[in-house]
Amino acid sequence: MYSFDWSSIPGAIPYLWEGMLRTLQITAVAVIAGMIIGTILAVCRLSKNAVLSTFAAFYVTCFRSVPLVMVLLWFYLLVPDLIKRVIGNPNLDIRLLSAFVAFSLFEASYYAEIMRAGIQSVSKGQVSAGLALGMTGGTTMRLIVLPQAFRRMTPLLLTQAIILFQDTSLVYVMGLADFFGVAYNTGNRDGTLVELILFAGAVYLAICFIASTLVRKMQKKMA
Amino acid sequence: MVADLDFRVFMQPAVGGGGTYLSYLLFGLGWTLLLSITSWILAFAVGSFIGVSRTLPGKVMPRLGALYVEIFRNIPLLVQLFIWYFVLPEITPFFGTWFKQSLSPELQQFVSATLCLGFFTAARVSEQVRSGIRSLGKGQYGAGLALGFNTAQVYALILLPVAYRIIIPTLTSEFLNLIKNTAVASTIGLVELAQRSKNMGEYTSRLYESFIAVTILYAIVNLVVMLISRNVEKATRLPGLIGGKK
Repeated sequence: MYSFDWSSIPGAIPYLWEGMLRTLQITAVAVIAGMIIGTILAVCRLSKNAVLSTFAAFYVTCFRSVPLVMVLLWFYLLVPDLIKRVIGNPNLDIRLLSAFVAFSLFEASYYAEIMRAGIQSVSKGQVSAGLALGMTGGTTMRLIVLPQAFRRMTPLLLTQAIILFQDTSLVYVMGLADFFGVAYNTGNRDGTLVELILFAGAVYLAICFIASTLVRKMQKKMA
Repeated sequence: MVADLDFRVFMQPAVGGGGTYLSYLLFGLGWTLLLSITSWILAFAVGSFIGVSRTLPGKVMPRLGALYVEIFRNIPLLVQLFIWYFVLPEITPFFGTWFKQSLSPELQQFVSATLCLGFFTAARVSEQVRSGIRSLGKGQYGAGLALGFNTAQVYALILLPVAYRIIIPTLTSEFLNLIKNTAVASTIGLVELAQRSKNMGEYTSRLYESFIAVTILYAIVNLVVMLISRNVEKATRLPGLIGGKK
């Protein structure tokens, strides 16, 4: 029978904490930037301008048909190459920046779909009322439609954030030390990979379970 | 930059032999599809079982089903994959010995990835199966019992055949997610499509071309699956529902 050796975890707690902060940092940046870009995309997609709506539809379809791992590799390998061509400094460590950009652009395509559903769930009378008050189309969207769409979609937006929090572990393919990266490296170094992977799994399970239970409670309260 | 693109690179012989880079990528696509299909079979079977158990009368089975879903949905896919690949063979006596002694490295990766993606996707499939069964109304179950069927027969002959047909669209999107998730298997060394695009980029320093090609391949697979599912949906549509056969 396998005998577990949990001794390397207590000493690694400060590093694991640092990794967790990085995980949260990537999640926060991607949620905020993704929501902003996603909302803009959703508005574009629903606009009467054919160029804007086609572009938004193309963007969303492209990102949603490609695996996240591919997108991360794209940015990990291509962004430095682009920067090299533009600035000419190839030795800059921009892995974290690449991760921010990749996750933000990728999540934007998912938030765009959620926000589109949210905007479409607002009744037409609201838009008419805004226009009747003398607001322009843009002001109506900003002050009347979007706040309602956000409120209605909050549970879905939060659920997507929990999924994103889990997906950030894939920065492993970029060699970035997020929470899981630190756990893996520690286990690899001390020969306690089994324990560290199980520990990381338990931490993710606890955080995501609590978060999703809270979201479910909130959903019930709103309904 | 766009002017630099040179797609003739796909006709060059690949490093390590065995044809051109185009066939190198297509072999990767083969692994991706094979892995998707084997995991889907597992996910469909386990997911149906869990989904059914969540709608059964009594308290024990629904709770066990809910526990399964919570566990598999709240641990990142990458961590689950590492648990199947690095942890389980170490801590389980019989499975571990068989896994380490009688499987080649490539098969080890494939088996782990299949089990991981299968059980991971099963949690999602079970939610769809559950909501499909729930959408049928309680009368169906009661009617089945009144006709003298036992619970297993009611599910197999009355509830599931209808529920499956209702949830074809959502099952399709789960299958598409599964295909994309197979790219995670590259982290344990399975040389599927995503990994091959990276390798090809490194061998030929033609990153843009290889990534563009692979992105298009994923998009084509997506499109084909959607077309197939639309036809299946049409063929199995239920009479009497909105959009159903007359």
